[in-house]
Amino acid sequence: MSDIKKIKDDYIDKLNTENNIEKVNNIKSELFGKNGIISNEFKKLGSISVEERKKLASDLNNIKDELQNKISTKIQEIETKEINLKLEKEKIDVTLPERNIETGKIHPVSQVIDEISSIFSEIGFSVEEGPDVENEYNNFTALNTPDNHPARDMHDTFYLDNNKELLLRTHTSPVQVRTMLKGKPPFKIIAPGRTYRSDSDQTHAPMFHQVEGLHIDKNINMGHLKGCLNYFIKEFFEVDKIKMRFRPSHFPFTEPSAEVDIGYEIKNGKIVIGEGNKWLEILGCGMVHPNVLKNVNVNPSKYQGYAFGIGIDRLGMLKYGINDLRAFFETDYRWLSHFGFDPLDVPSNYRGLSR
Amino acid sequence: MKFTVDWLKNHLDTKFNNNQIIDKLTNIGLEVESFESSTSELDKFIVAKIINAKTHPNADRLKLCDVDIGSDKTIEVVCGAPNAKNGLLTVYAPPGSIIPKNQMKLSVSKIRGVTSYGMLCSESELLLSNESDGIIELKNNKYANKIGEKYFKNTSEKVIDLSITPNRPDCLGVRGIARDLSAAGAGKLKINKKSNLKYNGNQNINVTIKKEKAQGCTIFGSCLIKGVTNKESPKWLKDKILSLGQKPISAIVDITNYVMFDLNRPLHAYDSDKIDNEIIVRSSSKGESFEALDNKKYILENDMCVISDRSGVLGLGGIIGGTRSGTEYSTKNILLESAYFLPRSIRKTSKQLNIDTDAKFRFERGIDPLSIEEGLIKASELIKQICGGEISNLDVKKIENYKKTIINFDPFLFEKTTGFNVENKELIKILEKLGFNVSKNKKILKLVIPSWRPDITQPIDIVEEIVRIKGYEYINTSEPIKTRLKPTLNYYQKLFHFLQRSVASKGYLETVTWSFTDSKINQLFRENDEEIPIINPISSDLNVLRNSIFPNLIFYLKKNLDRGFKDISLFEIGPAFKGKNPGDQLTVIGAVRAGKVSRLSWNDKERIVDTFDVKKDVIQSLCEAGINKDDIIIDDRTPSYYHPGKSGGVYQNKNEKNAIAYFGEIHPNIIKKLDIKTEGLVIFEICLDYIRASKQKIKDSKSEYKFSDFQKSERDFAFIINKNFKSQELVNIIKSVDNKLIKSVRVFDVFEGENIPEGKKSIAVNVTIQSEEKTLNENDLDNINKLIISSVESKSGAKIRS
Repeated sequence: MSDIKKIKDDYIDKLNTENNIEKVNNIKSELFGKNGIISNEFKKLGSISVEERKKLASDLNNIKDELQNKISTKIQEIETKEINLKLEKEKIDVTLPERNIETGKIHPVSQVIDEISSIFSEIGFSVEEGPDVENEYNNFTALNTPDNHPARDMHDTFYLDNNKELLLRTHTSPVQVRTMLKGKPPFKIIAPGRTYRSDSDQTHAPMFHQVEGLHIDKNINMGHLKGCLNYFIKEFFEVDKIKMRFRPSHFPFTEPSAEVDIGYEIKNGKIVIGEGNKWLEILGCGMVHPNVLKNVNVNPSKYQGYAFGIGIDRLGMLKYGINDLRAFFETDYRWLSHFGFDPLDVPSNYRGLSR
Repeated sequence: MKFTVDWLKNHLDTKFNNNQIIDKLTNIGLEVESFESSTSELDKFIVAKIINAKTHPNADRLKLCDVDIGSDKTIEVVCGAPNAKNGLLTVYAPPGSIIPKNQMKLSVSKIRGVTSYGMLCSESELLLSNESDGIIELKNNKYANKIGEKYFKNTSEKVIDLSITPNRPDCLGVRGIARDLSAAGAGKLKINKKSNLKYNGNQNINVTIKKEKAQGCTIFGSCLIKGVTNKESPKWLKDKILSLGQKPISAIVDITNYVMFDLNRPLHAYDSDKIDNEIIVRSSSKGESFEALDNKKYILENDMCVISDRSGVLGLGGIIGGTRSGTEYSTKNILLESAYFLPRSIRKTSKQLNIDTDAKFRFERGIDPLSIEEGLIKASELIKQICGGEISNLDVKKIENYKKTIINFDPFLFEKTTGFNVENKELIKILEKLGFNVSKNKKILKLVIPSWRPDITQPIDIVEEIVRIKGYEYINTSEPIKTRLKPTLNYYQKLFHFLQRSVASKGYLETVTWSFTDSKINQLFRENDEEIPIINPISSDLNVLRNSIFPNLIFYLKKNLDRGFKDISLFEIGPAFKGKNPGDQLTVIGAVRAGKVSRLSWNDKERIVDTFDVKKDVIQSLCEAGINKDDIIIDDRTPSYYHPGKSGGVYQNKNEKNAIAYFGEIHPNIIKKLDIKTEGLVIFEICLDYIRASKQKIKDSKSEYKFSDFQKSERDFAFIINKNFKSQELVNIIKSVDNKLIKSVRVFDVFEGENIPEGKKSIAVNVTIQSEEKTLNENDLDNINKLIISSVESKSGAKIRS
């Protein structure tokens, strides 16, 4: 008995100091292999008396368990150490830059068009389009602006022929004409798009964007116009309250006509919309002139409604603090990166118009 | 339209203060552009202090003064005054100011080698006294706190500047504005004093309005004023003219201008001694000419309305007079004209000759045809008062009588249009104050339209009059009606939206560029489309509509490269014009990518962008927008601005004429011509209009969900094949061997060169085979392998690599 206890103690000592997994495995086979020390001790059991055998077997079993436990914890210990060491070696500098991120952007004009479309979609408007090249009739005459009308001077027009028959549309209003000519009332549309006028300075670009609105039905009056625009402006600027002023004006294609101003103030050099006692003109609107309705075969004694035209670029400048209109169209990489929007930022009602 | 409040009060009895008047004007549709004092030359003279006066290095009698003018820095002024000393408060005139005494305009100048910025003034130089011995010495207690402020108080009255809409000629005169204000409750319109003018003798210059088809004049009123002394206008009149922003000329001219702005009644004064016998109002003949009061010679076309005498043209009626019959200080006898010219004729003539005058601006919009005599009387009175003279009887020739406009107005239209109600009583009061004659016939109002309101022709115009005077604030704000008539976007609009954001998500910055471009760049991308010139371009490098989306994109790409950016991805979605008629346009996405992929990456190898980068971008974008990848075919037919060997087209059908997209390298000639400096340049374009609209919505087009759990096998094949044989064909041949069993075919290696015969290439493909019914055994697989090899070999001429 003392022999095997000594063997056990020796091996426990050995295992305690051993750190090599192979050597531990060697010890394991030395002890428990086919001719291992402990295995041999078990073989001896058959040749001794029953009394002794019982005792010895029990001792042997205890020793075997103790050694085996020791071996397996040792193996685990060494393995853990080795893995830790390996992991330690594999450590990388995670602050190194990731692979290049390719960031695309949506132009502010497109973003604002989507914002506008989203807002008007909520109150049942659908989107219509018209061509950039228009004929003189759709752009002016059908809109109650005959050739001799001084209001034509307000539009510096680009022409494509010497007879002034073909032109680049000076506003989105010809889409009204096209929409009504091809359909039957009621109409409820907005028409965003490119428009052109031949002046160019700090605040004017030869190309800019407008959105036209048109709602024609049996009983649409100026109250609806006011309500619609009030809703739009509040939603667009994402404010609860908006100071808004309707003031009489004149457009040949609407009667009565109005221009709409919104209140603003300058705070810390930035423009704040909706408060203050300064007024900023942002759109023109009115009740569609009976002459226009007649020109597009809509009976003005049965149907009436409103139209409006809003400068998209201007709205974007106000909302997003952009100072220079010309920069919109100059394709400066820095400007596009700075003012552009993430393509996943799709304006919608349920997720919010903007982040 | 400019005027002062004082002037307004000549016509309006009002208790309103200036701000109330300004607000009221805006509220009734007469938009106030500004309300400011007119600027004066004297504003530039400011209070200043000499901080340090030292002797000029090159001249003992001159001093070099550091002067505080109230800004951050002092400025240096050379001054000859003996009294210039440290601490003196005086008056400083900056460069650009005009010295009242000698009307000299100051500029920055060197005096004996030292630069002097402006000057310090003496009282005599400012015409304050004759004191010229030294510069002004201002009292410390009064001016010490005023350094930098204007020395002269601007005493001129504040001027209201209105932006009058083209429908309101009546408000191009102060009286019309007063009338509108009175209707809106801002006061009472003063009644014009009855004239007690005495007439003496007849207007004995014969006037004839010729009855011609194109006659632009229908009434010509006139009177003679004999024995006048023309002179400088009195101060009150000069001030009025100055407040309009105009220069006083002489009493007679100033009076005609004053009446024009006061009553909106343009007049013209002739020196009657210079008229050859008689006045003939007629249409011009081509080639006639005259020298106008703007000192320009005009050569006329046919049918322009001219005032002439026996010697020829005196002036263009209602637009501009001529120098031949113009009044001067020496003029003794004048013929005063007050006429009515047709707007259409005025507009046509002034457009043709490109003349813009105050009279033209008014006649073009429509002058009150019943104001002929009122204008003659008011001007004659003033002339007599200021210049003396005897006034003849008024002579009015007409070829047409004025016809009253009458509108029957149903007040219900007002409520129907505006959504709110105004009592009949109030409504009638508003109209009467605006000058309408109102009579009632049951519910209908019979309205006689004032002769000064040519803009009012139908009932809706009456609604506008009432609502603008009543006030737009009375219009209710109704809740928006949410009824929808049809979906917000149609298929192509959605496609636009998806593709736009899909392309942006591939790393491209969206830009918006002009729809017009430089014909020289456009030429490179025009293909067979007709060039579309703009008749009146904003500049010669934006002179045509773009036939392709690329000219501007490439132009701006180059600009950004020149700015020092190397890796650039840009795109635009917008019109490309195929012809000059409305609708001859396509909606196109154009994208450009320049530079390298993974530039300066610590872990990836950098490489130049290539055709397969843009091919991926274009195909992925199309797929994201809902196009099935299996439904598109790649072909190498591309426009000429692409590299012929490194570009492709995406087609939805084999025999389709128009590709839905193109991608590839740009043609090297274009890069060379435009001098674009970049390592690589690839582009793609998608034509939205050529994409076939899907007839089904997603909810209808989802097929049944099927999948196989049987084991799949992968086999690799390498074929030696003709170099020009398209991999797409090879893949199709393999797939067609057994559409059910062959799940996918991927090209994983293409190789030319060593061990491959000249004119051939090696293509390696990986084929995935899987049955939906059973696990395939070796035998099945062998059969398919053999079939694949034999099909490819027979259909493509390829040989399997052993």
